[in-house]
Amino acid sequence: MDRPFGLLAELTYACPLHCPYCSNPLNLGGYREELTTAEWQRVLAEARELGVLQLHLSGGEPLQRRDLVEITRTASELGLYTNLITSALGLSSRRAGQLRDAGLDHVQISIQADEPALSDRIAGTPSFGRKMAAARLVKELGWPLTLNVVLHRHNIDRIARILDVAEELSADRIELANTQYYGWAWRNRDALLPSRAQLERAEVAVRAAHARLKGQMEIIYVVPDYYSRYPKPCMGGWGRRQLTVVPNGDTLPCPTAHTLPLPRASVREHSLAWIWERSPLFRSFRGTDWMPDPCRSCDRRDLDFGGCRCQAFLLTGQAARTDPVCHLSPDHEIVAKAVRTANEVERTRAVALTPRPHPGRAEPAAQRRAAGSNSGGKFW
Amino acid sequence: MPSTGPMQIDSGAVRPRLAPHVRLTFDPARERYVLLTPEAVTVLNATGAIILGLCDGKRTVSEIVAELRERYDRVDDDEVRSFLTGLAARGCVRAGHG
Repeated sequence: MDRPFGLLAELTYACPLHCPYCSNPLNLGGYREELTTAEWQRVLAEARELGVLQLHLSGGEPLQRRDLVEITRTASELGLYTNLITSALGLSSRRAGQLRDAGLDHVQISIQADEPALSDRIAGTPSFGRKMAAARLVKELGWPLTLNVVLHRHNIDRIARILDVAEELSADRIELANTQYYGWAWRNRDALLPSRAQLERAEVAVRAAHARLKGQMEIIYVVPDYYSRYPKPCMGGWGRRQLTVVPNGDTLPCPTAHTLPLPRASVREHSLAWIWERSPLFRSFRGTDWMPDPCRSCDRRDLDFGGCRCQAFLLTGQAARTDPVCHLSPDHEIVAKAVRTANEVERTRAVALTPRPHPGRAEPAAQRRAAGSNSGGKFW
Repeated sequence: MPSTGPMQIDSGAVRPRLAPHVRLTFDPARERYVLLTPEAVTVLNATGAIILGLCDGKRTVSEIVAELRERYDRVDDDEVRSFLTGLAARGCVRAGHG
């Protein structure tokens, strides 16, 4: 059996941002019973023993965890390569210095656009200025800096200027990833999916930047899979290279697999090794035996692994079907229809976006506020 | 003062070193050396691990090849260069001159 290379640790779903494409679960309130510091430390030790080499500290906003420095130190002592994936809100110079001392290897900061007004509108909170300051701090402390940008209909036309910002900040890498439609992004899909013309313009801008910044900044551009001929090789294969532990200890082959009708597996009940090797959840789509046609007899079955199980389930109601993104899928019309809608010329009607609410953390008042803000805010 | 930048292995005089954000380490679970970068893990074979272990920013590529020749019967100059050039293209290895 393959050993996992990477662990995505979603430490908390608390987050000061309200991005309408957030991939966190829709029932954010169901994850308030967060793992303790000691539980995370145990999970990290077990992960290292299992073969994990990279730890992605994410959320929500991982800086909302008061014990982030402690968790990072443990990971670093175990020899894990540690990567903080953050909104940068809460990355004060004091906290950054502590994380540096704890051995944090790399920082990824999200930005929502190239300028404050749009970036803050997408994030649902004033944040652009603080993100810029934090990005400079990361460079001053000698960390490599990656900027993460989720692309969609409302910011993809600014891609050249976003790349300019990355260059000004001396970012070492930038990930320009089109939205993947799960969680809040799924709910907001019709408002987020860009048109073909937008994508074509974006690719021209990315190619130009590639040529200009070669050797200086690594540019990773991810097209939206709705426009691809073949599906994405999700997670490099189910239960093959990566695993995710979410705030309450549930352990998943990918961060959105909680949506599938499969038995849970939790580090509160089992060892990580048992979950990886033997849990029904991790065994359910491992390898190629589960595949239906056209995947089963397809030359690409070991390249894209049948695509994404979560997307198959979201779009068809059946997790074991071929990812409908694939042009060979019998369900491809579902995706083709969404793409046609995104490309209708007369698309003047503004589609309302639902911002991701703040889940609150075991605090009834916050819970009520979250429930209130969840009732369909139209801020676009 | 050695200059640094994207690496061109156009001469044996280049002094390669690992980029600051890259870590070479032994993985006891796999019993292999691995190269760790922000988004990727590269599992190395024994020769690759030895070459990278010699990339300390002090030895030139020619010196690295010479040291490999002391340990192994057959060392292909071009293979060492193309291995390092590939890693340089991914930003894992940088060049120091002078």
